[in-house]
Amino acid sequence: MRDTAGTQAKPVRMERPRSQWRDVWDQFKTHKGALVGMTVLALLVAFVVIGPFVWHEEKLTTTQTYLNKNKPPSLTYPLGTDHLGRDFFLRMMEGGRVSIAVGLVAMTISIFIGTTVGMLSGFFKRLDGPLMRLTDLFLSLPLLPLLLVMVMLFRDALARIFGPELGTFVLIVIAIGVTSWMPAARIVRGEVLALKEREFVLAARSLGTPNRRLILRHVLPNVVSPVMVAATLDIASAIITESALSFLGLGFPPDFPTWGRLLFDGLSYMQQYPERVIWPGLAISLTVLAVNYIGDGLRDALDPRIRGR
Amino acid sequence: MFDAAPRKLVEVKGLKMYFPITAGIFRRKVGDVKAVDDVSFDILEGETLGLVGESGCGKSTCGRAILRLYDPTEGEVWIGGENIAMAEAADLRRLRPAMQMVFQDPQASLNPRMTVADIIGEPLEEHTKLTRDEKLARVYELMDAVGLNRAFANRYPHAFSGGQRQRIGIARALALNPKFIVCDEPIAALDVSIQAQVVNLLEELQDKFGLTYLFISHDLSMVRHIADRVAVMYLGRIVELAPRDQLFDRPLHPYTEALLSAVPEADPETEANRQRIILKGDVPSPANPPKGCNFCTRCPKVFDLCQRVKPVLREIEPGRHVACHLYETQKETARAGAAPEARKSTQQGEQHET
Repeated sequence: MRDTAGTQAKPVRMERPRSQWRDVWDQFKTHKGALVGMTVLALLVAFVVIGPFVWHEEKLTTTQTYLNKNKPPSLTYPLGTDHLGRDFFLRMMEGGRVSIAVGLVAMTISIFIGTTVGMLSGFFKRLDGPLMRLTDLFLSLPLLPLLLVMVMLFRDALARIFGPELGTFVLIVIAIGVTSWMPAARIVRGEVLALKEREFVLAARSLGTPNRRLILRHVLPNVVSPVMVAATLDIASAIITESALSFLGLGFPPDFPTWGRLLFDGLSYMQQYPERVIWPGLAISLTVLAVNYIGDGLRDALDPRIRGR
Repeated sequence: MFDAAPRKLVEVKGLKMYFPITAGIFRRKVGDVKAVDDVSFDILEGETLGLVGESGCGKSTCGRAILRLYDPTEGEVWIGGENIAMAEAADLRRLRPAMQMVFQDPQASLNPRMTVADIIGEPLEEHTKLTRDEKLARVYELMDAVGLNRAFANRYPHAFSGGQRQRIGIARALALNPKFIVCDEPIAALDVSIQAQVVNLLEELQDKFGLTYLFISHDLSMVRHIADRVAVMYLGRIVELAPRDQLFDRPLHPYTEALLSAVPEADPETEANRQRIILKGDVPSPANPPKGCNFCTRCPKVFDLCQRVKPVLREIEPGRHVACHLYETQKETARAGAAPEARKSTQQGEQHET
């Protein structure tokens, strides 16, 4: 083969096609919203991950707690202190860690389950009925009571394995993940049903491509767009669900801050100190918005039909 | 070996492709759509068999069933000495490289998220163990063969015109050096000017690589151009199978006559005198074909035997096969009429009772 190429008269173009991922990145860079979103998310992550190490630690005594109560913003406490005299800025940083982690991990779990179920039920006719009925079953379950039961049943067991905080984290992300995959599954199934009748899938089948590769190479890349949208929305709902759980006393322990928890704690003082609701709310919204824009940019960048426009 | 008559590459025997109709809560089977009903033909090595017929007559289904993209209900498909219709999955995968397909809609048959190099390279990925460089060399070679610029290797299907996309599809079909290619209306979705290019390309490739085509089309003038022999299908059955020139000069089956009378002539004078045979009524449903000849509901030359007995495809002149009672000898007609239950095998087809 090399010989035939070498013996041809005119110089033959043999260079390797350039990597698709560079095209994707080039297109991603042109999406302003995505770049802004990425910057904001990077800042938020830096804020919650690096922040607590840089910021001064606090060890409160009972007297200090009393004296520091409900301070307005100052240089020592940029966001003031809460009703127990704790630095609200520090609590925002620590809370963000958990919230962002819960959002991302729960989203990953839910998208993974949703895509798998949707793909299987769309692609294999025999699995369609059972899997979709399972989806309906999960959709019809009352979510919050189910979560409560799950937390009740498994919290202690998991706490024994992972320790109280990590145990709660694992429990919460799994609980949120397994109760929020249904919309993604339905979207993916619909897309797959349409895609598998397309001629390029038939063409691949006429090559004798096994189902596994048929799915991974031809079907999955073409359902990326709707999955991406579902994923970014899932992050938001995961953060909110976590806060609801914490609010009900079934999430993380009360002294363990999360953005959702700060939000709910702030609710009772909303009249006097509205900023205690605004800051965590703003942080949640910013995270969701940033992820949303990144997802948008990524979706456009991954679609060759849009790329280069 | 050198002077022998061309070998049969593809033999289709009694191919049936029924799609079940289900109804009710329990999805009970209530009937069949007889998309392909007892079709038999051979394709010689290096020849092009045109398969024509109106929309919905089962041409494409037949092509796909031959390549085992559907599991045929009944029948045998021998390609190069292997029975495709009954092959196990593993054997089938081994046999796939020898038979390929060019699809009708070049837009839909290319994955929009793969580059041209990936699309053409996919068969190589599946069936060969070439290194990346060897694969790339082969992809470029194929792109040359179908007349695509090598600089396009990096582009995505949406950036191409219909004709170029079809070239990509053809390059993909050629990648594994197949012997037999089913062209499923490869030109139906293209402009007339591009159609000629693609058909010429197909002919060129046939000469160069010694390919055998099953050329499915509803464009009779194109089939007349490319095919060596032509099979005419109506409602899932082959009604006439004959060498091209004989078929176009002197169609025997009433349906073929009607079909050919619909082809416009380029010469305005002959066009003015062209007598169209206009068929009355609609094509019967393939789920419920007529008891006798499938064409008996619309045939201008119908007589009572047609309503009762399905005609069998038989050779009435050397190389010419027709399924019509008009051309059966009196003796055979009487026998078929007297014993409709008997399943008689003929050389080409088989008596089929509904």
